[in-house]
Amino acid sequence: MAQRASKKSADPVANQTSAQLVRDLHERMVRIRLFETEAGKLMEAGKLPGFLHLYVGQEAVAAGVMAALRDDDQITSTHRGHGHAVAKGVSFRHMYAELYGRVTGACLGRGGSMHINDVTLGMLGANGIVGAGIPIAVGAAFAARYKDEDSVAVTFFGDGATNIGAFHEAANMAAILRLPVVFVCENNGYAEFTPQSKHMLITDVADRAAAYGMPSVIVDGMDAAAVHSAAAEAVARARAGEGPMFIEAKTYRYYDHQGVKGLRHPYRSDAEVEEWKARDAIDLLEARALADGTATRAELDDTWQRTRDEIAEAIAYAEASPLPDTADLLLNVYSG
Amino acid sequence: MTTITEAPALAPDGTARKLTYVKAFNEGLAQAMREDENVFVAGEDVAGYGGVFRMFDNLLDEFGPRRMIDTPISEAALVGLGVGAAARGLRPVVDLMFMDFIGVCLDQIVNQAAKMKYMFGGSVSVPLTITTASGAGLGAAAQHSQSLEAWLAHVPGLKVVMPCDAYTAKGLTVSAIRDNNPVVVMLNKVLLGSKSEVPEQIYGIPLGQAHIARQGSDVTVIALGRMVGEALAAAEELAAEGVEVEVIDPRTVQPLDTETMIASARRTNRVLVVHEAVTFGGLGAEIAAQIQDAAFDHLDAPVLRIGAPFSPVPFSPVLEKAYVPDQARIVRGCRRLLERA
Repeated sequence: MAQRASKKSADPVANQTSAQLVRDLHERMVRIRLFETEAGKLMEAGKLPGFLHLYVGQEAVAAGVMAALRDDDQITSTHRGHGHAVAKGVSFRHMYAELYGRVTGACLGRGGSMHINDVTLGMLGANGIVGAGIPIAVGAAFAARYKDEDSVAVTFFGDGATNIGAFHEAANMAAILRLPVVFVCENNGYAEFTPQSKHMLITDVADRAAAYGMPSVIVDGMDAAAVHSAAAEAVARARAGEGPMFIEAKTYRYYDHQGVKGLRHPYRSDAEVEEWKARDAIDLLEARALADGTATRAELDDTWQRTRDEIAEAIAYAEASPLPDTADLLLNVYSG
Repeated sequence: MTTITEAPALAPDGTARKLTYVKAFNEGLAQAMREDENVFVAGEDVAGYGGVFRMFDNLLDEFGPRRMIDTPISEAALVGLGVGAAARGLRPVVDLMFMDFIGVCLDQIVNQAAKMKYMFGGSVSVPLTITTASGAGLGAAAQHSQSLEAWLAHVPGLKVVMPCDAYTAKGLTVSAIRDNNPVVVMLNKVLLGSKSEVPEQIYGIPLGQAHIARQGSDVTVIALGRMVGEALAAAEELAAEGVEVEVIDPRTVQPLDTETMIASARRTNRVLVVHEAVTFGGLGAEIAAQIQDAAFDHLDAPVLRIGAPFSPVPFSPVLEKAYVPDQARIVRGCRRLLERA
């Protein structure tokens, strides 16, 4: 559990060496990749109830942005929220236990995959409603300024969510009120099964920011360092009171919209998937790190192995955890 | 925070100060803002203009632009702003002006504000107050006149209050702001200028506690919001004929104090429920079902409901007057119940 940050806490991002940053990005991405692929296997094995929207492929976005944030910075997420939660530091135990519907889960088994949160880490929830987290992040940013804290809020959403009214309302509201919020559009090219070309007539979602007087930047969403660089700039601007900024990260999801494999109709080709996998974010970062000597193969392998061990332990914990007591069904409907 | 939750008694000689409904609301809000630095108000035209119904008059002068925020016309972002700010420890009051506009932001109310605590495993509270004006009677027609309390009362996690006069408008508003849950305060547009006695000090009226507005032994009339006044007038009319009507004001429709209603039903054996909203699927159905479940053997007649016909609110004054239940319909309803052996 993270400590609540003081009003003006030091920025951990500053003074970080590039080697530390690379290892940080790598670790966050590996944690997401393994958490997700194991969750996919559990779903395939019939062990998990409900839906599972996997984030695999998009790791560079969550890792790049979260490495630019402090614990007291707030995020809102999407129905594809595991990556954001993992990168923000939510524990594997709480996450797997939630996927299993156990009482030890992040939502006490009341939320499931689409609602994982940890308010102690500023993770204000994944969200089952497309676009709904965006105004909530604006509210979190409002609260930070109201309380004279210098934390920022980041809202993650997909390309499809920018067709929702809440996005446009929140973008305008944030801009007008000059709030410390960063809009991160993870453009994976598909709104569920509908390609971008069929749900909007523009190529760059970032163009939409201009309508609200908000500066924007487009980054390669498979390049964690590039995402981090853009996020660090946007976060610094927001923290300095210069208002919101919009980041569009062009990325891709390897698995289906929901579940692991569900290609009932060929909405995208295998060749397209392979093309993106050839530019895999983790592969890219590892190749660079090895080439410029910021990490050794052994160091990178160690991260994978430690994470695998931690995941195995967390899954065992989840499976051994008790189910919620049905007598407590009404717990937390209201606050006292 | 002060701990006054019980509403103070009014001066027995009737010399207590009188305020209009809207001024009582304004006073309660201002006092709640003085009481807690975390309370702020956001909405369209709430700050500079003071609200289209004068609900927020003078608050900008006292509390400044930090705590009184004019926003774009963006109901979804406005309620979302409130949800996010509430989750971060503030006590937002967001104003939706006309209740009809909740359709624009229902997701933020129903899927976000109402469910956040539950879905977060209890780790967060959403002490959000949503203020809005409901009800017909101003010739505002079908998109500016509805009473949609049944929509909201149906959603676990929300609370809904319907003040019937100035005294309850102030007390329920203060309680809504102090409450740790999302609460919708439905102010009735026709009542805005109506006056009643209002204590000067800050006070809260407990949420979920019905008020017996008039005691009687022959018929129970359960009236929501503006209908409380109509029911009391009907009771006076019937008293002249020797019929004693008990009038119950639920004050809060979620949570709904059915215990008080059921106890009354057991005493009077006849119950009429009256609300301004459309009868079909309205709260009258819920109240009738609960009373029949708990007090069936005590009833001399089926619980009767009076509400609006199944139609959008009409514009033409003659149609609008026919649409909204009134004293005469309540009197007729009571007589129907009494005619049964």
